[in-house]
Amino acid sequence: MLEIRNLSAGVGGKEILNGLSLTVNPGEVHAIMGPNGSGKSTLAGVLAGRGEYEVTGGSVTFNGADLLEMKPEERARAGIFLAFQYPVEIPGVNSTVFLRAALNECRKARHDEELDSFEFLTLVKEKTKLLELDTTLLSRSVNEGFSGGEKKRNEIFQMAVLEPTLAILDETDSGLDIDALKVVAGGVNKLRRPDNATLVITHYQRLLNYIVPDFVHVLVKGRILKSGGKELALELEARGYDWVLEGAANRNHD
Amino acid sequence: MIDALEKSLDAFASADPRVNPPWLKSIREAARARARQTGFPNTRQEEWRFTNVAPLLELPLHAAAQNGRQVSARDIEPFRFAPDWPCLVFVDGCFRGDLSSLPPRESGVEADSLRTRLNGNAAELQNDLARHASYDANFFTALNTAFFQDGAYVSAADDAKPEHPVHLLFVAASDKPGATAQTRNLILAGRCSELKVVETYASLTAAPHVTNAVTELVLGPGARLEHCRLQNQNQASFHVATVQAVQEKDSHLLSHSIATGARVARNQIQTLLNAPGAVAVLNGLYLGRDDQLIDHHTVVDHAMPNCESHEFYNGVLADRAHGVFNGKIFVRRDAQKTNAKQTNRNLVLSENAIIDTKPQLEIFADDVKCTHGATVGQLDHEALFYLRSRGISAAGARQMLIRAFAGGVVERITMQPVRERLDQLLAGRFDHAQA
Repeated sequence: MLEIRNLSAGVGGKEILNGLSLTVNPGEVHAIMGPNGSGKSTLAGVLAGRGEYEVTGGSVTFNGADLLEMKPEERARAGIFLAFQYPVEIPGVNSTVFLRAALNECRKARHDEELDSFEFLTLVKEKTKLLELDTTLLSRSVNEGFSGGEKKRNEIFQMAVLEPTLAILDETDSGLDIDALKVVAGGVNKLRRPDNATLVITHYQRLLNYIVPDFVHVLVKGRILKSGGKELALELEARGYDWVLEGAANRNHD
Repeated sequence: MIDALEKSLDAFASADPRVNPPWLKSIREAARARARQTGFPNTRQEEWRFTNVAPLLELPLHAAAQNGRQVSARDIEPFRFAPDWPCLVFVDGCFRGDLSSLPPRESGVEADSLRTRLNGNAAELQNDLARHASYDANFFTALNTAFFQDGAYVSAADDAKPEHPVHLLFVAASDKPGATAQTRNLILAGRCSELKVVETYASLTAAPHVTNAVTELVLGPGARLEHCRLQNQNQASFHVATVQAVQEKDSHLLSHSIATGARVARNQIQTLLNAPGAVAVLNGLYLGRDDQLIDHHTVVDHAMPNCESHEFYNGVLADRAHGVFNGKIFVRRDAQKTNAKQTNRNLVLSENAIIDTKPQLEIFADDVKCTHGATVGQLDHEALFYLRSRGISAAGARQMLIRAFAGGVVERITMQPVRERLDQLLAGRFDHAQA
């Protein structure tokens, strides 16, 4: 589904990703872990099409298409969804109007019928239950005045409505208390299907207790230094990122 | 400049003397003399620093008259809001009774052409017409006072609460460049009446034309008046407007100035809070693109205690457009317990667009609450990316954010068909603008 080969990217001439390779297949959950400044959010931004990053090398294909050639909205319509680390407040843009417009753009791209407001509201009702989301939030402006937890839940709610094939969760656990974390993770788990995939980007192992990954990758200085199964996350939690760094250094000396 | 001024005055001097009862004649003569003294505005004058109206004088100015193309009901249909709203239609400054529908007698509202009224019994006009909009310092108001030929007279009786707003529609249709309509409107809201009036200014021609409109609003005690100006004339034309309101005790004015048209548009929106308990809400939206210049000069004059004013002006400027906002608030010595607020927000979509914004507060009372604020910003890139990352096109995302920016102003308009018209207008207006 997603094939990242030797990807290098940076911002303002400073290289952040440095030859990153990763393959994600349908049905898989991948966790990207790494210390601060390792390039986790840059990876999420490059995949979603953030303009400020400059790709300097490598390739990314998504279901056979050259992802890097696509505009952010084309990526979304092709099935990529980024759950923002810091969801943006957009005063004056109604949540429901926005989300229906977004869904209909994605449906148009898939040659599905657009939903009218009644059909959309039915769908919304069903999906809000999944996230225990207060429906009155949806009559407000996008994220405006939402608490930190409400913003994160709203991200996953949008994901539930848009039904992406590849969801990228960028530090979705940051700022969440344990109850909110369980709700958010529960939502993500219910959305898992054999034909979609999830990329969980996180600093801490905590989230991975609830969203159990098939693969864990350790990102350091812009490249993946170590990959393994879910037990790698626990080992990282116990031994810290330095342990991976030392391991890599030792290998280099061998 | 003197020659040009003489030319601009003489262009109208031949206007029809029939709309000239003796009491008005002396006012007109005084106004004409005053216009001559004041002179045509230039950018060395503080009030006109940013707004150069001199190119207007390059046009072959002449009094607009109904002698050009025939305008039919079908031509004006797109400008109407609802079939049941009374609508007075003026083509090139002249009333067209055949295209108009007047309010029913039982609504308590009278509406007519001012010219017709002046020709007949003008007594009911004498106390108010040309009594409120000062021509002392404003050349264009003086010019209008001296030479206006027609316009609308709307009067709501005491306690009248008509079901529908009154629509005043002014269209320019002449293909001759320089056709000038000097429109004069008088709107009276009687004691405790509730009246809504929409003035639309539009073009059915691409020729550069000139509008110099003055509207006087008189709000009796306890009256509620919603007055909406919607100016969307062609981008070759010049539009100068003065709205002067006078508010009696406990009256409530809700004024909207929506300016999207003309090459140069200058709007003076002014209200005098002349008795305690009066409330004025001045709401405005200007949408400039290409080389347009849209100027609002507002004056809120707190002359009496315990009055309130709230002013919200938002502007969106693209391309090389130039916006001007100058908001004056006077709080006179007697106007204790005044509560006055003013905000001016601007969204600038291009590096070459300009906004000059200036609050001007002159406060002579000591127990008052006055606040003002002005902002100038661009579209939020993070918000744009957020919307696009959900599948919305770049153009769609920009449109959503522009609509959101204008939204507060649009939503203060209580007339749904007007809001819808504005939404349509907003939808395509900045599609070409760069993110």
